[in-house]
Amino acid sequence: MPIATSRAFDALRAAIEKIEAGGRAPKGVLPFGLAVLDQRLPGGGLALGALHEVAGGGNGAIDGTASALFAAGLAARTRGQVLWCVTRKDLFAPSLAQAGLAADRVIYVEATDEKSVLACFEEGLRHGGLGAVVGEVARLSMTASRRLQLCAEGSGTMGIAVRRWRRQAEAADFGPPTAAATRWRVTALPSSPLPAAGVGRPRWFVELIRCKAGECADFELEACDETGRLALPADLADRSLAPPAWQRRAAG
Amino acid sequence: MVGRSGRKRLVLAADAAAQGLRLYPGMAATQARALCAELIAHDADPQGDAEALDRLALWALRLYAPIVAADPPAGLVIDASGAAHLFGGEDALLADMVTRLGAAGFSARAAMAGSWGAAHALARFIHAPTTIVPSDQSGRAIAHLPTWALRLPDGMADALGKMGIDTVGEIEAKPRAPLALRFGPELTRRLDQAYGRVSEPIEPVEAPELIQVRRMFAEPIGAPETLARYTLQLVEALCEALESKGLGARTLDMRFHRVDNRIEVIRVGMAKPVRDIKRLTRLLCDKLETIDPGFGVETMVLAAPIAEPLTWKPVATDLAEAPTPDVADLVDTLVNRLGAGRLYRAAPAQSDVPERSVRRVEPTAAPAGETWPAHWPQPTRLLSRPERIETLALMPDQPPTAFTWRGVRRRVKRADGPERIFGEWWRRDGEMDAVRDYFQLEDEAGERFWVFRRGDGEQPATGDLTWFLHGLFG
Repeated sequence: MPIATSRAFDALRAAIEKIEAGGRAPKGVLPFGLAVLDQRLPGGGLALGALHEVAGGGNGAIDGTASALFAAGLAARTRGQVLWCVTRKDLFAPSLAQAGLAADRVIYVEATDEKSVLACFEEGLRHGGLGAVVGEVARLSMTASRRLQLCAEGSGTMGIAVRRWRRQAEAADFGPPTAAATRWRVTALPSSPLPAAGVGRPRWFVELIRCKAGECADFELEACDETGRLALPADLADRSLAPPAWQRRAAG
Repeated sequence: MVGRSGRKRLVLAADAAAQGLRLYPGMAATQARALCAELIAHDADPQGDAEALDRLALWALRLYAPIVAADPPAGLVIDASGAAHLFGGEDALLADMVTRLGAAGFSARAAMAGSWGAAHALARFIHAPTTIVPSDQSGRAIAHLPTWALRLPDGMADALGKMGIDTVGEIEAKPRAPLALRFGPELTRRLDQAYGRVSEPIEPVEAPELIQVRRMFAEPIGAPETLARYTLQLVEALCEALESKGLGARTLDMRFHRVDNRIEVIRVGMAKPVRDIKRLTRLLCDKLETIDPGFGVETMVLAAPIAEPLTWKPVATDLAEAPTPDVADLVDTLVNRLGAGRLYRAAPAQSDVPERSVRRVEPTAAPAGETWPAHWPQPTRLLSRPERIETLALMPDQPPTAFTWRGVRRRVKRADGPERIFGEWWRRDGEMDAVRDYFQLEDEAGERFWVFRRGDGEQPATGDLTWFLHGLFG
């Protein structure tokens, strides 16, 4: 792209952002600290005043393990307290603490149904004093997500909807489109190999399924460490150049 | 307890021991003395009793519900609508009340029903510490109670007994007109009150030291916007009153006196004392939709039954330090909406057993800075009840090579463990020798599971060597 055109695009983008912000100051982004990820996201990170959706792949769509940890890692790197709204009581707090989200920072809300989860989610986003709000929901309609997105934009709090379905059939496609700024799917992969017998650092296949003003992408990453940061697996970070496509196919 | 009724000295009340000796309220005092030589009789003090009951009513007003009244000689009547959510349900409220009264030395029974009459009868004639009957089943619940349960004037129950009517249900089944002719309107009135067909307003106890503001309307109001506007005005007036005393409200009661003599109430609770007009108005207005104004509201009363000294704290003491945002108002909003116990923070508990290692603390509790030991990865989801799995494993301490969970067989690719957890013998005798060996397993697809084997594989006393899946890793 010629430099002049790209400059024009940048100016146009800035103008659009200004219109979208509606007079509010931009809220900034939360970078992952990984160049491969950040360069795919507009602004170089996950937008703070926005709604993001995370789902698990495979069985993770139902048990919501990797997706919850991914959300915990994001929430851990924000400032302030975190509201975590659930309907099912199986979340194990020590694991969130191991992903960097200290127990003192999380306030759990145990709602009776999805409707009240969404109401609490919205209330938390609107408050503005929280670092992030996480809600575990199965259904997220366009209207509901739009409301959440608007609340997040207004207060600058990051909203993370962890999608967790009851049955595999419901999870097949990510459901109807929502107003979330990004959509992620996190699937567990075999853990990093260790020189001895044992389970290494977990790895995830992280897909960016939808990204507002950005493109889809997928990554193979190592799971959150104790500060909530993801990492690029060592064997992938330093690998040699990928062979051409025809050769890969021939190799099986 | 011996007192005077007219010119006779009668037994007015008898405790459990006395009732075991066949002494019952209403028998002559001399007869009681004849039955039991070592009888300890106290003279009745009706005025003192009434005062104590009023004090008890005030206590219940502070703690439980906005509408409380003394129900002499030995009862309290509480309208718990709009207040039970703060305790996490009606049964929790009653249980808490009976426990607290028991700790203070009162033996009490509590009942909740659709009408004052029904609850009155159930509390006195059902021998359970707490009874809860849904509003629509109150009639059925009191049908088998004796006619004394209806709060009838002296002698009327005996007269009914002579007619062969022993239970409330039998009166209900009889034609009304002959009964009214013979016993007067009182019987049918009490019956209707018990069945909830006639309203029975409760005149709430009030204390002069309570901070409250009231507003009367020349014309009854009913529109939600109007109610909200006057709510704001009342909150402003209350905050002024609180400010002059340097207090903040912990609980707020808003009573709406309707033109048809019913009182609708809202009660909200706060985690910390609050005197912020906007915040209090918001909490009250959130609940306005539960109010049925009927034909209109003529008086609104706002009271702060629990008010505590309000201390201001500097927000930030350091220039470089960013102020930590206060989320207490959000917590209050959500607690009043969902009920107590729904909001919590997790804190480490001193236990190695996974399901006991997390305890719940108040969402606004001061941060303790504690965390769980990080020797082993912890599962993201912990099953509330470990699920039985079929495994293939070498004894004594090898992880399984394959297992079947929920009908799906998985081959284990990698595994870690064992992490040995010993039973906590100080909690239960059954855990004296119990041992769990936890393993972390990873299948071919990369899903990670937390399984354990009961027993150490060598001594049969430690467990029966069955395998369970207890958690899932992310």
